[in-house]
Amino acid sequence: MKQKLVVIGAGMASGRVLEHLRERAPDQYDITLFNAEPRGNYNRIMLSPVLSGEKTYAEIVTHDDDWYAQNEISCRFGEHVVGIDREAKTVTGQNGTVGYDKLLIATGSAPFIIPVPGKDLPGVISYRDLDDTNAMVEASAKGGKAVVIGGGLLGLEAAAGLALRGMEVTVLHLMGHLMERQLDEAAGYLLKKDLEKRGITVLTKAATKAILGEDHVEAVLLEDGTVLDADLVVMAVGIRPETRLANDAHLDVARGIEVNAQMMTSDPDVLAVGECVELDGQLFGLVAPLYDQAKVVAATLTGEEAAFVPKELSTKLKVTGCDLFSAGDFAEGEGREDVVFRDPSRGVYKRLVIEGDRLVGAVMYGDTADSNWFFGLIKNGTDIAEMRETLIFGPAYQGGGQADPLSAVAALPPEAEICGCNGICKSTIVNAIEGGATDLGAVKATTKASASCGTCTGLVEQLLQVTLGDGFEMPTAQPVCGCTDLSHEDVRRLIKSQELKSQEAVWQELGWKTVNGCHTCRPAVNFYLLADWPLDYTDDPQSRFVNERNHANIQKDGTYSVMPRMWGGMTTPQELVAIAQAAEKYGATVKVTGGQRIDLLGVKKEDLPAIWADLNAAGMVSGHAYTKGLRTVKTCVGSDWCRFGTQDSTGLGIKLEKRLWGSWTPHKVKLGVSGCPRNCAEATCKDIGIVCVDSGYQIGVGGAAGMDVKEVERLVDVPTEEEAIEWTVAFVQLYRENAKYLDRAYKWLAKVGLDWVQEVLADPAERAALVDRFDLSQSVYQTDPWAERARPEVAQSFQPLADFTLEAAE
Amino acid sequence: MTWTDIGAVTDVPLRGARLVKTHAGCIAVFRTAEDEVFAASNACPHKQGPLSEGIVHGQKVTCPLHNWVFDLNTGEAQGADEGRIAVYPVRIEAGRILLEISALQNRSAA
Repeated sequence: MKQKLVVIGAGMASGRVLEHLRERAPDQYDITLFNAEPRGNYNRIMLSPVLSGEKTYAEIVTHDDDWYAQNEISCRFGEHVVGIDREAKTVTGQNGTVGYDKLLIATGSAPFIIPVPGKDLPGVISYRDLDDTNAMVEASAKGGKAVVIGGGLLGLEAAAGLALRGMEVTVLHLMGHLMERQLDEAAGYLLKKDLEKRGITVLTKAATKAILGEDHVEAVLLEDGTVLDADLVVMAVGIRPETRLANDAHLDVARGIEVNAQMMTSDPDVLAVGECVELDGQLFGLVAPLYDQAKVVAATLTGEEAAFVPKELSTKLKVTGCDLFSAGDFAEGEGREDVVFRDPSRGVYKRLVIEGDRLVGAVMYGDTADSNWFFGLIKNGTDIAEMRETLIFGPAYQGGGQADPLSAVAALPPEAEICGCNGICKSTIVNAIEGGATDLGAVKATTKASASCGTCTGLVEQLLQVTLGDGFEMPTAQPVCGCTDLSHEDVRRLIKSQELKSQEAVWQELGWKTVNGCHTCRPAVNFYLLADWPLDYTDDPQSRFVNERNHANIQKDGTYSVMPRMWGGMTTPQELVAIAQAAEKYGATVKVTGGQRIDLLGVKKEDLPAIWADLNAAGMVSGHAYTKGLRTVKTCVGSDWCRFGTQDSTGLGIKLEKRLWGSWTPHKVKLGVSGCPRNCAEATCKDIGIVCVDSGYQIGVGGAAGMDVKEVERLVDVPTEEEAIEWTVAFVQLYRENAKYLDRAYKWLAKVGLDWVQEVLADPAERAALVDRFDLSQSVYQTDPWAERARPEVAQSFQPLADFTLEAAE
Repeated sequence: MTWTDIGAVTDVPLRGARLVKTHAGCIAVFRTAEDEVFAASNACPHKQGPLSEGIVHGQKVTCPLHNWVFDLNTGEAQGADEGRIAVYPVRIEAGRILLEISALQNRSAA
């Protein structure tokens, strides 16, 4: 007598079960197959090519009507199952009840819909099945704009498909980089770049607040207030196991339907397979483990012994032209090491994660030819000790060899600007070298490249080497750190000429040797990016030293010092009262500084947001005493009070401080303004010092009174206060744009020469442009960091994450 | 083993750290760019610099006071510096950070 098997769900996993079952024991079961979709099994993985138009539905059908007929499967397609009765052993569909001896639940997964207003509007679709795909194809026929929410596998495939169908597509992704579960930041960056080349806009860290529209979707509103027009919204943020039927039948359900290694649920007559199951806390979303499960289900149903063992998985994105691959895991573990290979010219990135003598994870972008070989090493746990040196070059390459440190320069296009001062591009320099200019001096003489500020010298030398090969002996330039062979000056020039606007772009395009830099290069690169691209790049607090991240100076005992700004050294009784009260309240030691301000020492980190809020309430802002940025403007009382004062030095100091505060600079910047040559404000040992005289203002630059004591050199004499401010701002911006990180102004001047600076600033148009660029940067960065961090939601991050000392004391 | 929920993964900034206070001293909980978490003693063996305030790069942290670098897997100081910080078992489950605290209870602050 035949037993009765009922299968709920005609997807890829159950389809494979049926195939195995009919092969192993063609006559053991009468089979009834329910499917909510009005069709049988098709290759769901290939929906993306259907969406993009590269395949048709007919081409992806795996089981057609003939197959079901030949295999005598009674199909109830388009019929929802409404309930399972485990005592009576029946399954009830919309059109009637059927009994079973064995039941297989294969309900798959449901798309996760983020609970925002407007999620149910017409025009908002998920991406799971053929109906969704058809809906997208239909919507795209009208053209217009599509917003895809979710930058994972499915979302990106949907985006690429819609773009191929002519829609203007924007992808919103909540995390910092695309496909963050499968890719690291570097590969995510390359993927983003490739998608953008196809005209797809990618917004990361984009949180959807609402979907807007009256009777059809019209736009998507983000948390930051951005509104994106949309004729179609695709929700592809993730999936969750479809467990409703199993739940109602009181089977054990965690995130998925719990099964054992034989794929049995808590009821031995009920099995489950596919995306709806959970085994040992693990869910399954890719096809390989589903097929393994299907084999085990067929074995269990035919009374054979078998066990499902999850294996290593790999991921590939099915977007034509985006070659990426990831496998294994990159999770924490003792003694793991990375091997990173980057080839900027080909857009290639490879990263291997090695633990002991085994390869445990791999991410590849741009060149995935060897991915199967690497995947094999991961799956088999091959001992790679012998080939470790050359492992990353793949199976064909066992002869050793070094990545070319000059590849970044070699990869520059001919029109890339090398010398910014004189507007000299790469091809001009290469032509000159090929024409006989075979050393730096000759290149300078024939092209003017590196003949002005000199910061591109390193690049010109590298061009000499690339062009002449062994015929040129490279002078040794100091690289930024062990993460790169490039010098600071090279990095700065390349960030400008290649328009690198993110850390990932720098790591990749300049061939960084580490995953995300180190404590030496990252703060420098962070500064270069924000100084050159104030609107495109967002300052990264995690790439800053502790003082700049916490906006206070850490002291040797781990407490902090807090110093409010006193504009030009002027204060009021009200401010002094507020400072005194804050000092008492937070137990601070009070010190008067050399910069004409008051320092509150010994404040605990947890108290910082509160003391800032108190000082903010009295009208004071951060004094930035902790930054590589504008510190103080020291002044004397000037013509207001002093019988020798020639100009309003205090007033000028306050104006300069109000203009310059909040700006980030390569190193700290201190100013002084003295009202007469007696120089009571000690202006002549400041980074910028102005001495007022009867005829106007003497502006000196490059002073210091630290490890080196330097007197300023005269930049210019100007007759009016307005010009004094203009020259000062322009000088600060020139320093911001050109100096090496952590070079004080005097060190930078020693490299580029005061003559060059004077020459640049003497041009009124250049001066005005520098001032404009400074003001643009200030439009972003002139904000009080204390006020931002005193807000409760941010202040929370200054508290410990957890405190077990309190618990135990109770 | 006593796995204790100390907060959400997202409470710790990427390439950053947060502090956990215990009777055995402060512990820094780090989160790398790859979303891995590590737990280690907050105090640098050199001059007790607060490692939770250091720059996190790869699976390493640099002490904010004198730039000692530690591997977060082993706690070993890197390069020429010699020393080690204690590391503690920690894992992520459903977006929460679980810290194994049995080693931290019943021990006086050293």
